[in-house]
Amino acid sequence: MKPLLLILLPLAGAVLAAVWPGERTRPWLMPVFGLMHTVLAFWLLFDPPVVAPGAWLAFDPLARAVLPAVSLLFLVCAAYGVSYLRVRSERPNRVFVAMMLAVLGLLSAGHQARHLGLLWIATEGVTLAAVPLLHFNGTARAIEATWKYLLVGGTGIALSLLGSFCLSYASLHSGGSGDLTFVALAHQGAGLSRPWVLSAWVLLLVGYGTKMGLAPMHTWKPDAYGEAPGIVGAILAGGVTTVAFTAVLRIRAVVSAAGEGAIADRTLLAIGLFSMLVAALFLLGTRDFKRMLAYSSVEHMGILSVGAALGGAGVWAALFHVWSNSLTKGALFLSAGNINRAAGGRTMDQVRGMSIIAPQSAAIFVAGMFAVTACPPFGPFFSELRVVRAAFDAGRSGAAAMFLGCMLFAFFGLTRLVFAIVDGRPRPASSITSRRFPENASVVMPPLILLAFSLWLGLATPTVLLDAWTGAVAQLYLAP
Amino acid sequence: MERRCRVSGTLNLLIGLAMGLNLLALASSRLPTLIGAVAVQGVVLGVMPLLMEHQFDWIVALVALGTMAVKGFVIPGLLRRAMRTASVDREVEPSIGFVASLLLGSGGTIAAVALSRALPLLPEHAGSLLVPGSIASVLTGFVLLIGRSKAISQVCGYLVLENGIYLFGLLLIHATPLLVEAGILLDVTVGIFVTGIIVDRIQRAFDSLDTRKLNVLRE
Amino acid sequence: MMSFLEIVLRVAGWLVLAPLLPGIINKVKAWVAGRRGPPVLQLYYDLGRLWQKGVVLSTLASPGFIAGPAVTWVAIFGAAMLLPLGPAGAALSFRGDVLLLIYLLALARFCTTWAALETGSAFEGMGAAREVSYAVLSEAALITAVLTLSVHTGSVTLATMLEPAAGAGAALLGAGLFCVLLAENCRVPFDDPNTHLELTMIHEAMILDHSGPPLAAILHGAAMKLLFFALLLIEAVVPVGTLSPFAAAATLAASVLAVTVAVGLVESLLARLAFRRVPLLLTTAFLLCLFALLVAWKGGAA
Repeated sequence: MKPLLLILLPLAGAVLAAVWPGERTRPWLMPVFGLMHTVLAFWLLFDPPVVAPGAWLAFDPLARAVLPAVSLLFLVCAAYGVSYLRVRSERPNRVFVAMMLAVLGLLSAGHQARHLGLLWIATEGVTLAAVPLLHFNGTARAIEATWKYLLVGGTGIALSLLGSFCLSYASLHSGGSGDLTFVALAHQGAGLSRPWVLSAWVLLLVGYGTKMGLAPMHTWKPDAYGEAPGIVGAILAGGVTTVAFTAVLRIRAVVSAAGEGAIADRTLLAIGLFSMLVAALFLLGTRDFKRMLAYSSVEHMGILSVGAALGGAGVWAALFHVWSNSLTKGALFLSAGNINRAAGGRTMDQVRGMSIIAPQSAAIFVAGMFAVTACPPFGPFFSELRVVRAAFDAGRSGAAAMFLGCMLFAFFGLTRLVFAIVDGRPRPASSITSRRFPENASVVMPPLILLAFSLWLGLATPTVLLDAWTGAVAQLYLAP
Repeated sequence: MERRCRVSGTLNLLIGLAMGLNLLALASSRLPTLIGAVAVQGVVLGVMPLLMEHQFDWIVALVALGTMAVKGFVIPGLLRRAMRTASVDREVEPSIGFVASLLLGSGGTIAAVALSRALPLLPEHAGSLLVPGSIASVLTGFVLLIGRSKAISQVCGYLVLENGIYLFGLLLIHATPLLVEAGILLDVTVGIFVTGIIVDRIQRAFDSLDTRKLNVLRE
Repeated sequence: MMSFLEIVLRVAGWLVLAPLLPGIINKVKAWVAGRRGPPVLQLYYDLGRLWQKGVVLSTLASPGFIAGPAVTWVAIFGAAMLLPLGPAGAALSFRGDVLLLIYLLALARFCTTWAALETGSAFEGMGAAREVSYAVLSEAALITAVLTLSVHTGSVTLATMLEPAAGAGAALLGAGLFCVLLAENCRVPFDDPNTHLELTMIHEAMILDHSGPPLAAILHGAAMKLLFFALLLIEAVVPVGTLSPFAAAATLAASVLAVTVAVGLVESLLARLAFRRVPLLLTTAFLLCLFALLVAWKGGAA
């Protein structure tokens, strides 16, 4: 019942938000339902339910290893969202609140889906529900970004549907009964028809990779993250991408059961390293700090993909990285939103001297930047260290070297841009906007909390999480 | 058995027609023609599930009817309305020329036929054009998505892509549980409507449906 | 071996019947437009009149100006002699004659453009340039069509090649060849034979400066080319060779009439395409023939 509630509660909240009369009170629905969701998710984290093998939806070990992170991120973002929507009271927020909650519900469904078709439906639902969030600002640029997101994301989703069909046909071809749960598919194992499994893998990787934002399917990301409100960027980067990542992990397990694991790992490694390379190169060139976050997200998706390619230890490190990346990215997006509002601009040509205008947000932004570029003692340092170790253990020292090289360039790119924004004398125009949007606890605390979580994750990773990640690896690698 | 053969012959003829409509969509230089080609393709696709069933089935008939209505009339109607209200220039304005896209499309069709020979089929699907037709439509959709600059023609490209996937889905019509099918249909429909709304917003914000004007965001 | 009489009959048939076709087309167009139009035999009168006239020669022109139309006519006539007429067969038939056929058509085109360039006039040069640039595409379609027939029958002799397959392949091939027919004979929608504006002409622009007997040869050659393509189209689609002689003759006559009327209808209902659209239509014709080739190839393999 509780797993189902994880999905139904936010959806009910979405319906409630759609009919809620008060414009000023409506945003409070987000933290209220977010809190209920988080309580449920952590309850299930500490007390995992028994999973029926044939279930279509279940809080299985993989969901247990990822979903609480998304839930936590959402809760903090929702708390931030209340103050954000108060600042942006000129825009109607009915659709925004409803769609935020719908995204949470569908994300929970996507993480818990153990059925190929259901997974697709949930992911497509998330994609569509995020559309109104992206053009919340209603500017021409926001609409341009939304159109690109819809076109690229829609194509990716269409390809993943085609891939799902290919995988179903592979199962049907080898005498399957049409049961498309991942357990049943993995159970058919080597009996699955090889050409169909390979075509399915390529299409599904491209499809869900588009959703993750792996290069070269990442083109929607800079535009969407650049134009969307910071809170939406945080949910997209920390939540929506992870559902696509768990989808890739589940499918990889099926492909590996079919005896094509080596090919799957090789493609994951190649696409992951390529994403890191592309992201590093663009990070060196971009002048816009919100687009910078998008490229950083592409880089971290590459890290996840590399981790997923490196066997059990790699997957464990990747799951760790999902947590540290989600929380750190959330802190960065929220503080970037503060800076953006206070400075009234987004590029390093328009924004200077933020350490004077918005000192607290700028401090969080700098700390978050160090966290996301894997500086100790934050979470990403430890998770990425484990990915590198897994690469060396797997005998892929070339890949590890490239990984480290890309990280170095990304570090150059990020520091260049961040310090250009933080240092120097503020521009005169910024002093007016910053008075309109003063820093207060309601906008500074959420990113600070996320950063604190990231730190805690690095210094003292809770044993229950270690246990959850080990369980998920066991599910993916020891399943029949 | 003979009836089965005849039915699969008709089915192949319809798929051939759909492939021809792909090429027509690629070659059409005016928006009404393009929308018309996509609409006819939608109707042709809607008929197919009825041919695949051995005996009459209410649910399949309902799905077929729904597909025909949505793909053949509702969406093309919406697109035509968008075209009229936006009073856009009816020329398609390709960024990949018509001859080039036609050659790409037919190259894709030939490649699809060649590729589908490498994929093993169940005995009841042997000799069917479903797989090549599906791949060809997906490729055509890609060419339209990349090679056309108006939002409406890109939506048409997306529809052709979707049609290709639908064709593939027909292989599984006996296997996939109805719940999934219904969910997929729902998602596709909602997706199209969301697209329509965004097209409307683009029109209002930019006073044009030419996506080449959406060029502020770039590195 | 064919009798002398039969050859005479055949030659006379080609020479005499060919100018009828443009007449029929013009009559159909007039009928659709609700006019009386010129008589069906108008081209015969024109040819007779032109034959009696003298030739105006430019001081620039070399003998090629006269030789061009003559060689063109001979080449088309030779191609016509290679084309089998149902069960009656061809006047001349050997293995690989289809290659000669294609080269004769190319020779005819070459000589027309050569004669056009001889005048040194800008309009003729422009017409020649257009003619050859469209020919690149229409010849590709024609060669693909021939290849289709060859793959289907496994033969390179025209007499055995023209045994069409039924079904989708024949329909594709027929549509493709009809486009080729329109393009090769400079009909609407590729070219407008009745235009009076030199800038929009293709074929007509090339023969602006010809007069007298050479012009008569060009006009008669064009009429023969139309008849030739009509017959090729029919025999590629309808299995005429299997019929009895009388039935075959009747089928051929009826089908040629049908094709001619179809050309006339196309001409009255469609407008000429803009020049930049023409390659698209020719590419379509090529693709139609290409898909016919694929069908023939796949059908042969299965």
